[in-house]
Amino acid sequence: MRLEILFFVAPALCLFGFFVVWPIAKAIQFSLYRWKGFGPLVDFVGLQNYVAVLQNEVFTDALVHNLIIVVASIALQLPLGLAIALLLNRTMWGQGALRTIIFVPYVLAEVIAGVIWFQLLQPRYGVVDTLLAAVGLQGPEQGWLGDPRYALATVIVVLTWKYLGLAVILFLAGLQGVPPELHEAAQIDGASWWQSQRSITIPLLGPTIRTWAFLSMIGSLQLFDMVWILTKGGPANSTMTMATFLITEGTKRQNYGTAAAASVILFVVALVMALLYQRLVLRRDTAADRPEKKVKR
Amino acid sequence: MSTTTRPGPVTTGPAHRAETSSRRRRPRHDAGPLVYGIALVVVAVTLGPVVYGVLGGFRTNAQLAEAPAAMPDPWVLTNYVGVLSNPDFWRYTLNSTAIAVITTALVVLFGVMAAYPLARYRFRGREKLFMVFVTGLLFPATVAIIPLFILVSRDLGLGNTWWGVALPQAAFGLPMTVVILRPFLMALPDEIEEAALLDGATRVGFFWRILLPLSGPGMVTVGVLAFVGSWNSYLLPLLLLQDETKTLPLGVADFSSEHSADTAGVFAFTTLAMIPALIFFLAMQKRIVNGLQGAVKG
Repeated sequence: MRLEILFFVAPALCLFGFFVVWPIAKAIQFSLYRWKGFGPLVDFVGLQNYVAVLQNEVFTDALVHNLIIVVASIALQLPLGLAIALLLNRTMWGQGALRTIIFVPYVLAEVIAGVIWFQLLQPRYGVVDTLLAAVGLQGPEQGWLGDPRYALATVIVVLTWKYLGLAVILFLAGLQGVPPELHEAAQIDGASWWQSQRSITIPLLGPTIRTWAFLSMIGSLQLFDMVWILTKGGPANSTMTMATFLITEGTKRQNYGTAAAASVILFVVALVMALLYQRLVLRRDTAADRPEKKVKR
Repeated sequence: MSTTTRPGPVTTGPAHRAETSSRRRRPRHDAGPLVYGIALVVVAVTLGPVVYGVLGGFRTNAQLAEAPAAMPDPWVLTNYVGVLSNPDFWRYTLNSTAIAVITTALVVLFGVMAAYPLARYRFRGREKLFMVFVTGLLFPATVAIIPLFILVSRDLGLGNTWWGVALPQAAFGLPMTVVILRPFLMALPDEIEEAALLDGATRVGFFWRILLPLSGPGMVTVGVLAFVGSWNSYLLPLLLLQDETKTLPLGVADFSSEHSADTAGVFAFTTLAMIPALIFFLAMQKRIVNGLQGAVKG
């Protein structure tokens, strides 16, 4: 039986160990050396790379940008997604088509969505500025992505467009698990539509919302593709994220040690936030889950 | 969350029931004009940029500059023809397809193999082994990207090859696959296994002949997720692939930065690059949504 288990698990474990665990261990090792990418690892510098990265304003700003994106993504997509899901959660004409359409941006590659938006957001000649001009507004001189004051907000808007559909679809799926009898009972008791949504639907949707927020958070912390396409982290580093920082350091400047330190910090930040979230938010779900599971088996 | 243990079949179960039961009774909150109005706005905002890109490909740059928000007049095909007769476009498509197919095959095969003992064997350390994969969910490829680049392109000499991208992608896709498949395999009734073992099948034989065919839906779900993930991925190919071996996302990004003034051309290229993913998505929509739900619930 041991051999059987080994036979089944070994391929996955080998692949995982070789291409996930080993490179991550290597990243930790690189982060302790000054290394330009060639020759042996000899220039051991201890934690100096970490100190350098954490003292580098470009990186600390990038970390702040990541946190802003985490908060903004949830703050925008949660109410919008919930509102759309609640509105669409009823029998209506074209329901299937509507759900498909809402999901389209999520299925596109970030690169493709980014390239389209880059064109739409071209200063003056882009369609966004044209439409704004039609109602008497004027976009910034260097364009929405070219002005350090607006670039990050613009990236967040594009991300919201791209990922709102995922929230809506997951919320809709969660809503289908809410038995309609509950609403009927509430209606009989004289609850308004909004009251019954607020005190029945949304609490029952809790686990879905909390897990969605978790996935959204992890995604925001790793954000790379969209930013790389839209701004490469500019202008003036105003949209730099931790991931774009470490790629710039590593591939453009060949500072592999610093890049590795940045990647370890990115991982630690993600891990700490994940653990905190699990402790503070998700614990309720798993605690509520446990007795149920026991009954099932 | 009683569905935790079996995302595949059960997630559609209650949904179905809720739908039919609410239809059987008279619909409670039938959609009014306001709801249709909001739905239209949502559709417009969602599809607007995509449709604009598709239509933009049928216009000339002069048209786009003169009236950015107008319809094609006249419709021109030169942009699309230009992309379709561009050998680079077809090479990118081939590379994307090959890498996605290899990634998917590896993820599904290794994933279901690993999930099987984790789901249906009882042994010491089973939960610990499972936790290895769960923890793997927290490791983004971004963290390991620099060493991966060195490992693949220097140590293994697999830079600029399909396998060089597919192997790490599959490795990073495994945790999600195992996490989705394990509850799916757990949900298959024990009786089948007992019957097979009584009939003299070995566990390995049971796996190949009975379990694998039965877990088809689960494997399709994780396969679709792996395929779409690979098709759309950018960071790893960006570091590992050059020139001849580039994938579609790299090609789109290159085309966009090299021809940034040729807006119509960029729209045509982007449109054609997103068509395969969209078709695949439309065909597999249910699976993708189920898989994501499974991930969220599990």
